[in-house]
Amino acid sequence: MAIYKKYVVVTANFDADGNIMPLSIVWDDGTRYEIDKVLDVRPAASMRAGGAGIRYTCRILNKETYLFLEGSMWFVEAKR
Amino acid sequence: MERVILHSDCNSFYASVECLYRPEIRNKPVAVGGDVEQRHGIILTKNQIAKKYNIKTGEALWQAKQKCPDLVIVPPNFPLYMRFSKMARKIYLDYTDQVEPFGLDEAWLDVTGSAVKGDGLTIAKEISARIKYEMGITVSIGVSYNKIFAKLGSDYKKPDAITVMSKDNYKQIAWPLPASDLLYVGRATEKKLTSLGVHTIGDLAGTSNQILRSFFGKWGDVLYCFSNGLDTTPVSKFDNQPTIKSIGNSTTTPRDLENNEDVKIILFVLADSVSRRLREQGFKARTVCISVRDNQLFSFTRQYTLKQYTNITSEIAREGFSLFCKQYHWLKPIRSIGISVTDFVSDTIATQTDLFSDEKSREKREQLDSTVDWLKNRFGSYCVQPAVLLADRQLSGFDPKRDHTIHPVGYF
Repeated sequence: MAIYKKYVVVTANFDADGNIMPLSIVWDDGTRYEIDKVLDVRPAASMRAGGAGIRYTCRILNKETYLFLEGSMWFVEAKR
Repeated sequence: MERVILHSDCNSFYASVECLYRPEIRNKPVAVGGDVEQRHGIILTKNQIAKKYNIKTGEALWQAKQKCPDLVIVPPNFPLYMRFSKMARKIYLDYTDQVEPFGLDEAWLDVTGSAVKGDGLTIAKEISARIKYEMGITVSIGVSYNKIFAKLGSDYKKPDAITVMSKDNYKQIAWPLPASDLLYVGRATEKKLTSLGVHTIGDLAGTSNQILRSFFGKWGDVLYCFSNGLDTTPVSKFDNQPTIKSIGNSTTTPRDLENNEDVKIILFVLADSVSRRLREQGFKARTVCISVRDNQLFSFTRQYTLKQYTNITSEIAREGFSLFCKQYHWLKPIRSIGISVTDFVSDTIATQTDLFSDEKSREKREQLDSTVDWLKNRFGSYCVQPAVLLADRQLSGFDPKRDHTIHPVGYF
């Protein structure tokens, strides 16, 4: 299964200290996926999708997935 | 106290960033190259696979293609490289505030006071791992007690390596290397050294200071210090902006320049950028320098010192052009040309006028320049131009001030 870089629409919370926490992701077909919990935040590269930025490890529908903030755009490592 | 200095060098920087962003080309020979149409068609960097084909930085794209027909050439994306450069510097700054960048992809770090994070080698390992994890590229790091050996160390083994050049081992590691590996030993110096029978850094270190001085002047002392590990130049603090000593722009033109009119167009565009940058920095300059390269790649520079300090566009352009007219005899067409100014004073300093120049008209031109600067900042570089630039749109249609974002740096 090939992995590719997919930019997504994200709703996020910006707190008064400047921290950014993603709340939900909207997929192409319009489905909104709530992020149940952000488990980890750190700078990291995505070798699989090709990119680097702040990596949020998110639990969505009981699965762990990476969400990257690169500059002002969000992307995920999507499967084709 | 012995210093602990690291020199970190991002391996094949531009190519590595491109390969990170394009997983599909990662296993192919890749080079980042300039625009052929604009005659900037040279290799800027290549990845490790392309290196195996003996592809060299600076060679023409067609030459590289001949050596390796499957070579993937991608155009440069400078804003992306700047972002990665900043990311690397942010990592370095977690260890010390003495981070001195040397170009986009290299930096010295003085971690003498960072013992809480471990010794030099430990810190180097941590930085290397973090850059790989956080940025997806690799670095080579040299660990030593002076900047010169630290840089030698980072060049010693590539990619993704750490080399320690300590007082105990530098004679075994650094001294057998060719003298040309040393910073500031270029082709001319290397040739002179060879004629003296000096081939390696060890040979250089063993040559007496007096002999070197008699051949190279004060550079002889520098070479002696560098090769013996006696360099004490500090790693500057990150926020210390280096003093600006000259401002210049140059360009390789889309077609060869055939006559004075062509050169005038280019020099006016370049002088406009140079003088605007000069005014932005709040300087006036007194020496104008031009560099010319003909289509056989022979190049030379000439300079001229004016009677008065100036930041007036038309004066700088005129002086540059008249210097060119005196020095170039059109035996061959010209491929690239540049103009720079040095010998600065602050533009607020009172200057001595003389009886024969028309100060009133100079003041008027200064005001005109500041008005035009304001217009150009607001509406772009093309909003007001001298009429000469309309003669050939192909030649004059570039904006050195905006396009030129990466400035070369020197060690001193």
